[in-house]
Amino acid sequence: MNKPLRRIAIFCGLLVLALLIRDNWIQYVQADELRTDKNNRRVIIERYSTPRGNIIVDGKAITGFKETSGSDFKYKRTYTNGPMWAPVTGYASQAFGATQLESIEDGILTGNDDRLFFRNTLDMITGKENKGGNVVTTLNAAAQKAAYNGLKAQGGKGAVAAIEPSTGKILALASFPSYDPSSFAGNSTTTDTKAWTGLQKKNNAADPMLNRALREVYPPGSTFKVVTAAAALQHGLYKDADEKTDSPDPWVMTGTNTKLPNEGNIPCKNATLRVALQYSCNTVFGKVGADLGNEKMLETAKAFGFTEEQFTPVRATASVFSDDMNPSQTALSSIGQFNTAATPLQMAMVASAVANGGTLMKPYMVDELQTHNLDAIEKTDPEELGRPLSAANAQILQSMMETVVEKGTGQKAQIPNATVGGKTGTAQHGVDNSENPYAWFISYAKVDDSAPVAVAVVVEDENAVRDDISGGGLAAPIAKSVMEAVINSKK
Amino acid sequence: MSSTTNSPTHHTSTIGAIGAPSRRNTELGLLVFAVVIPVFAYANVGLAINDEVPAGLLAYGIGLGLLAGIGHLAVRKFAPYADPLMLPLATLLNGLGLVIIWRLDQSKRLQASKTFVEAAPRQLLYSAMGVALLVAVLIFLKDHRVLQRYTYISMAGALFLLLLPLVPGLGANVYGAKIWIKIPGLGTLQPGEFAKIVLAVFFAGYLMVKRDALALASRRFMGLYLPRGRDLGPIIVVWMISILILVFETDLGTSLLFFGMFVIMLYVATERTSWIVFGLLMSAVGAVGVASFEPHIQTRVNAWLDPANEFKLSRSGALGHTEQAMQALWAFGSGGTLGTGLGQGNSDLIGFAANSDFILATFGEELGLAGVMAILLLYGLIVERGVRTALAARDPFGKLLAVGLSGAFALQVFVVAGGVMGLIPLTGMTLPFVAYGGSSVIANWALIGILLRISDTARRPAPAPAPNPDAEMTQVVRPS
Repeated sequence: MNKPLRRIAIFCGLLVLALLIRDNWIQYVQADELRTDKNNRRVIIERYSTPRGNIIVDGKAITGFKETSGSDFKYKRTYTNGPMWAPVTGYASQAFGATQLESIEDGILTGNDDRLFFRNTLDMITGKENKGGNVVTTLNAAAQKAAYNGLKAQGGKGAVAAIEPSTGKILALASFPSYDPSSFAGNSTTTDTKAWTGLQKKNNAADPMLNRALREVYPPGSTFKVVTAAAALQHGLYKDADEKTDSPDPWVMTGTNTKLPNEGNIPCKNATLRVALQYSCNTVFGKVGADLGNEKMLETAKAFGFTEEQFTPVRATASVFSDDMNPSQTALSSIGQFNTAATPLQMAMVASAVANGGTLMKPYMVDELQTHNLDAIEKTDPEELGRPLSAANAQILQSMMETVVEKGTGQKAQIPNATVGGKTGTAQHGVDNSENPYAWFISYAKVDDSAPVAVAVVVEDENAVRDDISGGGLAAPIAKSVMEAVINSKK
Repeated sequence: MSSTTNSPTHHTSTIGAIGAPSRRNTELGLLVFAVVIPVFAYANVGLAINDEVPAGLLAYGIGLGLLAGIGHLAVRKFAPYADPLMLPLATLLNGLGLVIIWRLDQSKRLQASKTFVEAAPRQLLYSAMGVALLVAVLIFLKDHRVLQRYTYISMAGALFLLLLPLVPGLGANVYGAKIWIKIPGLGTLQPGEFAKIVLAVFFAGYLMVKRDALALASRRFMGLYLPRGRDLGPIIVVWMISILILVFETDLGTSLLFFGMFVIMLYVATERTSWIVFGLLMSAVGAVGVASFEPHIQTRVNAWLDPANEFKLSRSGALGHTEQAMQALWAFGSGGTLGTGLGQGNSDLIGFAANSDFILATFGEELGLAGVMAILLLYGLIVERGVRTALAARDPFGKLLAVGLSGAFALQVFVVAGGVMGLIPLTGMTLPFVAYGGSSVIANWALIGILLRISDTARRPAPAPAPNPDAEMTQVVRPS
């Protein structure tokens, strides 16, 4: 009986060997794959086990962390002035994940980024707690506050984007109505989930979680005439701001019998570009667009950043200027109607390129990435995106926009001791223009020949009387306060 | 000593019959380690979870020490020549199991469950009962050959135990498998664990008598000895019973365990490889056949083939799916080579049965690949000591019983550990000594008791020849 017994001994040994091999397979060969599986809850437990790094504005953190109880996630995110900063930060929620800056710089903020490897290893050796790094933004707290409070006081939906023209640094990025990302940063089903559900578009018509400054496109209306004027100058249609244009009032759109009218009784017949921009003449700029044609208009619009998504690094939706349009459609598009649609950031880029002598800088909001003890890991350098205007034409356009604020539709944006150039806009929307128009204002301010800020404001007021809405009335005061805030913070 | 190799009374040459050392002091030394290691592990868990040495450390150490000490004294007194490794190995596994069960008792996640009870104190009680049963076996079972007398009673007893869970009102369906019975006021019992031992007694007694018929009356076909039709009877009966277990108790593990044990013992008794071939074929046919219509077994097979998908289905709220298989794999993977350290893992995510069927996953996460390999090798050692005992045993009944018990033990470890690690479909069995569960701990201590008894008999020096008056007269000259 001993021969089979020895064989059974070998068989039992093989059973144990099979288990050992399987164990090596799952705990060594496949270990990393299993450990980092996105459904493995340990991944998120680990993620929330250390305090998240901060997002910093003007040297002060606009975020924080809090220890949670009753959950296997140790720390949760908190936000100071959450609704004001939400378009900048996005959110980082235990239950609902992260978006925008919180998501893009997640590696730095959680401390898991490879660039922090050396620092983390050092901390591990010295026995310090592993902490996330910081994200230092380009934003200007005073400007952001002015923008958000301006929108809030005005009460309707709206957005503001402000840029430093010489670098492309984003100074303000506000959206209203907004939300407090702190309200759902945890993972409690009673409080966090409830807050989250209440903010979703399907439950909340105001759609507070939409980042209107980057992710919503609006018909830019008359503010687009700045782009059209730039196209006229760049393509040599008119050489000077004070050259008479050959344009009737009203103008019958090319290829149609439809008359394109002006708003009110304004001197648009054969007006100069300067006068046409000052009074916002549809006839003049519609005809400029039709004369230049779809292709040239598109070329200039693209040079200003239209049709491209911008990564700030938070993605901004691409603004629209169509191709394949007939002359009358091109004419309408050139006064910011028809298919033309732009994000507030895009219109701020237009103003900033004009203010910066025709050079468009790539807009960005992350200035520097730091370790938790403030050593720089990576600094963003300003980057040129293109030159939509020659320096000479930029000068011409600046003087035109300054006329608009000095004695045209944008007088409410005047700032003492600063030169302001701007353009108002009132864009119709809805079927047969049935809905309330959007009030736009884009502008820049110059102090001592340098322009520290360019801004775009859009306001949609469902409750306002239709006639009251005009870029000059609703949006210009907000733009003014943002520009003032930037100028004052530079002093 | 006879030179015929197939004589039933053949004594293996590996055992010196006379003057074998008892090795009791070796056992005592090993037992010290077997108690000290779990005590350190216990302190480790407390420090990791609560930043303090657990208050119960002394009581736990004394408790485990007492169990080991009583076991050792009983062996010293009643089975002085028994195998010195088995008791320390079982004590170490039992002690580590207690630590992990206590560690899972501290889990906030598991405490949140409605059915949560502190398992460690109960398990300590079960362990004490187990050791008491071991002592009782050593005291009352003076010679394992006594069991031979109860061959057919054992058969009836095993069938009775196996059928108990099917009795209406007594059986409890726990997550699909019906292998438990409910005793009001006492909790649940898994009669299969005890049936394992009783059945081994029956098989050993039956095969010892029938082995010649089964081995010799056969025809040769394609290199295999085919048994005669009527000799196929017993294996077919056992096969049918294990299929019935599979169908009515829907437990693949128990079924596989009993059939596997029978095939192993049949092979050892007859030395005919053909039985192995038949056994493998029959179990394959049975398992595939039953799995084709039994939904509970299909779920287990699906969870084995694609645990990630099963996790998704379970999370999406579909009925009849379980995420446990995937959770166990994540626990193992997250443990990696060295583990997170005791008390620092998240194996409690497995939820229900984390401290019983799935307890190996906690070892995997917190002690890593190194710890699990060590545990598996401990089991391997117990099994090989058991087979060694079978080799050393001088009577065929003892050989068969020892190899049957060790083989069943090995199969059980394989089925449970393989199931938790995703090597084979998961079945509802417990890892011997380690997993939470009274029946399992008590039955396995009894199993160790029987193996100790057989090894004691095997290693005991042959009694000095009785003074024989005839011998005096014939004046045989003994070469000294």
